[in-house]
Amino acid sequence: MDVYLWWIGAAAADHELLGMVRRRTEQAFGLPVRAWLSHERPADSYDARRQQHSSTRILKWLLDARPKEAAKIVGLTDVDLFIPILTFVYGEAQLGGTAAVVSTARLASDTGFRPDHALLTARVVKESVHELGHTFGLIHCPRPTCVMARSVNLVQVDAKEPVLCHDCHIRFGELRKQGQEHHE
Amino acid sequence: MSRERTRILIVDDEEIVRESLSAWLEKDGYTLATAQDGETALERIRKERWSILLVDLKMPGIDGLQVLEEARKIQPEAVAVIMTAYATVDSAVAAMKIGAYDYLVKPFDPEELSLMIQKIVTQQALVRENVLLRKVLKREYHFRDLISKSPTMQAVFDLARTAARSHSTILILGESGTGKELLARAVHAESPRSQGPFVAVSCAALTETLLESELFGHEKGAFTGAAARRKGKFEMAHGGTLFLDEIGDVTSKLQLDLLRVLEDRKFFRVGGSEAVTVDVRIIAATNRDLQKAVADGSFREDLFYRLNVIPIHLPPLRDRLEDMPLLVEHFLEQLGAEMNRQIDGVSTDAMGILMAHTWPGNVRELRNVLERAIVVAPGRVIETSDLGLRRPPCADIGDNGSLASLDDVEKHHICRVLQDAGGNISQAARTLGIDRATLYNKMKKYQLRKDGEPEPEQEPS
Repeated sequence: MDVYLWWIGAAAADHELLGMVRRRTEQAFGLPVRAWLSHERPADSYDARRQQHSSTRILKWLLDARPKEAAKIVGLTDVDLFIPILTFVYGEAQLGGTAAVVSTARLASDTGFRPDHALLTARVVKESVHELGHTFGLIHCPRPTCVMARSVNLVQVDAKEPVLCHDCHIRFGELRKQGQEHHE
Repeated sequence: MSRERTRILIVDDEEIVRESLSAWLEKDGYTLATAQDGETALERIRKERWSILLVDLKMPGIDGLQVLEEARKIQPEAVAVIMTAYATVDSAVAAMKIGAYDYLVKPFDPEELSLMIQKIVTQQALVRENVLLRKVLKREYHFRDLISKSPTMQAVFDLARTAARSHSTILILGESGTGKELLARAVHAESPRSQGPFVAVSCAALTETLLESELFGHEKGAFTGAAARRKGKFEMAHGGTLFLDEIGDVTSKLQLDLLRVLEDRKFFRVGGSEAVTVDVRIIAATNRDLQKAVADGSFREDLFYRLNVIPIHLPPLRDRLEDMPLLVEHFLEQLGAEMNRQIDGVSTDAMGILMAHTWPGNVRELRNVLERAIVVAPGRVIETSDLGLRRPPCADIGDNGSLASLDDVEKHHICRVLQDAGGNISQAARTLGIDRATLYNKMKKYQLRKDGEPEPEQEPS
């Protein structure tokens, strides 16, 4: 199972942040995670009317452009993301699929001040683990501290731990087993 | 309610909206489906049950408001939310008027959507819990088909449950319409004989000869018209329960016959010479005062004691008015289903009249009054005019130039308080600051109660 992290932001990659996300996702799922560095970027995700990027289009692009050996791929970007019915999203993932995307744009401080780097990193870690969890088939967890809890504001993001709760961990194991049996 | 049980139908003509909203909500574990137009949506609403309907306002063909209007008729319990990119005050008001839960302007804030869905799910869970609790509560107040929360009736239920376990004869006493046969059936159903037959005979409905033949059967040729041997109710009830209703009305000859059966468990068919043995549990009932009948010699004392092994007194409805709302709700539900009418309840005023009525026909009379009310009620709430019962009048006092006496003022005031309390004596006594016995005495003094209305029980200290 190859899990890839890919910086697809407009600005230069933040290696410190990428490193932290990689380590924490490895810890959360017990799987090796690789950082993928490439200069390719999604070309048609920008919506001029909304001045945001379509997360769904980015997911499609990630699926096409990912390294062949990547069973799961998480795109990290600094652009603001939306899905058509919502004003914005922190990220999106294919439930039980392959691709996920997380944006740092709204995870920075919402006070207008320069974001605290450690806080931003912690949030990006949580949302990356969260979206990757969806690709494994995990749905939202009712426990507010579980990384799989739905978070639609920063208070909810900050309330989460970057790890799966006991129940989600068991569920993750079951889903992995089911996936392996399916492959066999 | 589990998330899987929350079924959400997304109705929108834009595929991208349907897809993205589904993808967003499926991560919460809800069961989702989509419809691309109003017609398809209504088809699905007719066929399947939905918890939440997310409906786009503007769609070609049947628009969101029409879907909502129709859905309210088909599945009123489904919560509908209107979505639109073209928000106007008029459309919002129209949606709310039809019964939309909320109104979302596209694109919506994720927090707004998340909170709204969570709120609906929580509310629906509360409603479900409420319904469940009411059912549990109802069961608590039930003894088979009898319903009551009054302490007197609860004691009756307890006694009946205990008596049911034995094979002893039971004598049920109570006014007409108090549910004597229902209680007998309940005792049978709770007894070890429940797999056997329950046979009911109304002793007052037949002449002596016919009743004799009905109870004990007859041999061929026993009398003119007896073309073949016929089993009587005693034989039919073998292994089960025989309910002898209106036992106080049987003639002295039959009283003797019944006494023999109760003593020997044997009887002879009419015209027969062979003794028939049966295993039958007897439950008798009467609205007569059997002790008085024994005293005046119209009922055999020995039969009375044979029957009166476990006496159970069913109180009249006027002595358990606290059951009125429970009974009204039960009958409206039961009769409404039978008559295919949705009745939500009775108005406060109508409940006041029901509480104030003296109910000579007891629960049976209440059921009949409500049946009539359901037939004539134009709306979903029973109003005073639908009941066909009159509010007991309180005579006016004073206003004729002369000063009223203290007694007149007291009588008028008690009458008004009784009316306000809907006939509830305890409540009226509390309002007046006196005990129930004093209030009864005053009602007697001022003729505010009907003849034959019983004395109140002593208030518990």
